[in-house]
Amino acid sequence: MPELLEVKDLKTQFFTRDGVVRAVDGVSFELAAGETLGIVGESGCGKTVTALSLMRLIPQPPGKIVNGSIMFDGADVMKMDDDEVRGIRGNNIAMIFQDPMTSLNPVLTISRQITEALELHLKMDRAEARKRTVELLDLVNIPSAKKRLDDYPHQFSGGMRQRVMIAMALSCNPKLILADEPTTALDVTIQAQILDLLKNLAREFRTAFILITHDLGVVAGMTQRIHVMYAGKIVEKADTGELFANPKMPYTWGLLRSIPRLDELRKAKLVPIEGLPPDLIALPPGCRFEPRCQYRREICAKEEPELVGIPNAKPDHEARCWGTQQGGWLVDLDWRHEIGDIAVLEEIKKEIADLPPDVKRAGEAGGGTPPPPPPA
Amino acid sequence: MTTLTGASQRRSAELNVLGRKQRSLWGDAMHRVVRNRLAVIGLVVIALALLAALLAPWISPYGPNEQDPSLSLMEPRLVGNPQYVNAKYLLGSDALGRDILTRLIWSARISMVVGFVPVALIFVIGVTLGLVSGYHGGRLDSLLMRFTDVVYAFPDLLFLLIVMATLRDSPIGEIFGGLFLMFIAIALVAWVGLARLTRGQILSLKEKEFVEAARTIGAGSGRIMLRHLLPNALGPIIVSLSFAIPSAILIEATLSFIGIGVKPPTPSWGVMIHDGFVVFSTTPWPVLLPAFCISIVMLSFTFVGDGLRDALDPRMRI
Repeated sequence: MPELLEVKDLKTQFFTRDGVVRAVDGVSFELAAGETLGIVGESGCGKTVTALSLMRLIPQPPGKIVNGSIMFDGADVMKMDDDEVRGIRGNNIAMIFQDPMTSLNPVLTISRQITEALELHLKMDRAEARKRTVELLDLVNIPSAKKRLDDYPHQFSGGMRQRVMIAMALSCNPKLILADEPTTALDVTIQAQILDLLKNLAREFRTAFILITHDLGVVAGMTQRIHVMYAGKIVEKADTGELFANPKMPYTWGLLRSIPRLDELRKAKLVPIEGLPPDLIALPPGCRFEPRCQYRREICAKEEPELVGIPNAKPDHEARCWGTQQGGWLVDLDWRHEIGDIAVLEEIKKEIADLPPDVKRAGEAGGGTPPPPPPA
Repeated sequence: MTTLTGASQRRSAELNVLGRKQRSLWGDAMHRVVRNRLAVIGLVVIALALLAALLAPWISPYGPNEQDPSLSLMEPRLVGNPQYVNAKYLLGSDALGRDILTRLIWSARISMVVGFVPVALIFVIGVTLGLVSGYHGGRLDSLLMRFTDVVYAFPDLLFLLIVMATLRDSPIGEIFGGLFLMFIAIALVAWVGLARLTRGQILSLKEKEFVEAARTIGAGSGRIMLRHLLPNALGPIIVSLSFAIPSAILIEATLSFIGIGVKPPTPSWGVMIHDGFVVFSTTPWPVLLPAFCISIVMLSFTFVGDGLRDALDPRMRI
């Protein structure tokens, strides 16, 4: 399949008085048209900077994309001039932000915010753009859309505003939507609605999207593949099904352990990952997760592992960990035992099983070896 | 994790139909201004002054320069010394026997024009520099702000005196009876505050997420500045302008009083004070009446400015 987006060795750095912040440090991934990808990681590990880099929206100075290529739809975004990049933004790549309360302009009406992209890229006139805006608002399930065109953002609730943001993102039929923590600022019931809406619309319009989140539970039912990021690097990449069936990297385990549950008496405690992500100015010399990793060995602190395949996993399942490499000490470790509460995962797996066949097939296509049987 | 079903969707649609008309941001602000009694008084006085200025040729009893030397220095009826009152002149006459009421009405023209035209120029210069400076930042910002500092540091009155005194008799000084030169001079000294204010507003606004959102849909710098940032900064800018109007009127009066403002015989309140000053020991009215007009108009603008500030301040919102 021809790739829609191909990112190679992307490095984005911020030059501050205290030193160089290596926010994104050699990230590579690709995405086919219509495909969905989840990028997961803690706060401050470079997820948002990755997304902004794709649209060349890194504030410069102090930021700079120092290395890497971003091929989008056959063109190199890095080599485009400002006008060309602006032609892509909103038109071919759209973005949905984390906080709908602040990402709409408070003094512009809803219709003016949505029609802006339509007028800019599709050269629609006012009347046409307004008509399209009504359609878009209907599409994102805003009741009596026509009446609400001239409302201001403060007259909308958080969930409704996020719907408006989604309508804005969809307005020019983009090929790729970057959703940066689209539900973090919303309450749980609205979260589910918004995620559902996003998923359905993306499938309907065959839009590829990258979902950025810190919550593995959110991406589980949403995307075909998942990349786990830590301190500016991808540390584990796999199909969604594979990642939840057979997670390998201790950091991923940590994330899985910290998915909270509300519905059931939980025997195991919610276990946070100890400590904080490393200072992106002074990174540890070895594995970046080493200082917080409970499975670390001597080599971990000395040398940084590469992102490579894992012996007893699917071929496109890769991890950046000494322990999971050929002969490593984590290869045969029972992750279920390490994580503790398996019920969470069972539930997530059930959710993945409920996915429509096209999503599941893409998830299974790469698989060769079956997931290893749980050791006794 | 499901969207609303058909029935419940219809129901929620019904629930969300808005029975009342929505109020816009500006409509809301207007409502608050109207509730402020002082601001309304100010608006009424300003409206009257504007009307007087517009209708001067029709409502004034005489021509602005019509004189009757035999009836000079008459005092106002009712309050003046009956010995020096003449039925012809309601508010008395000046040293040259011109009707003071007529001249007060005609003077409103100059004051209104001097109030509004330079302020339009101030708006253009101040907002442009403030927007560009605040949005682009970096070296351009430093350059523009140092220039602003230089203008700010130069004494206003000195600048005005120099410009008016030297250029008053040049071709520029002749346009509109010297008014054009005064517009330019006032605008050149008074834009500084607005530029700084706008820059400050933009500096904080440009970090807001909606600006980034605008960038992601492909909006260019110009569009972001004019369509996204400026409307958000407009509240404080309007307030600042409403205070700039009375100060422009005062500058005109000051310059005219010194004798380098509007050229006589064109009537302006400053010119009238200037003329009346000579005969102040004989009768105070030719000075007091225009001075009263200046005060009342300035006070009105200040009331309106205060009202606008309260109305547009987001912290005052209920």
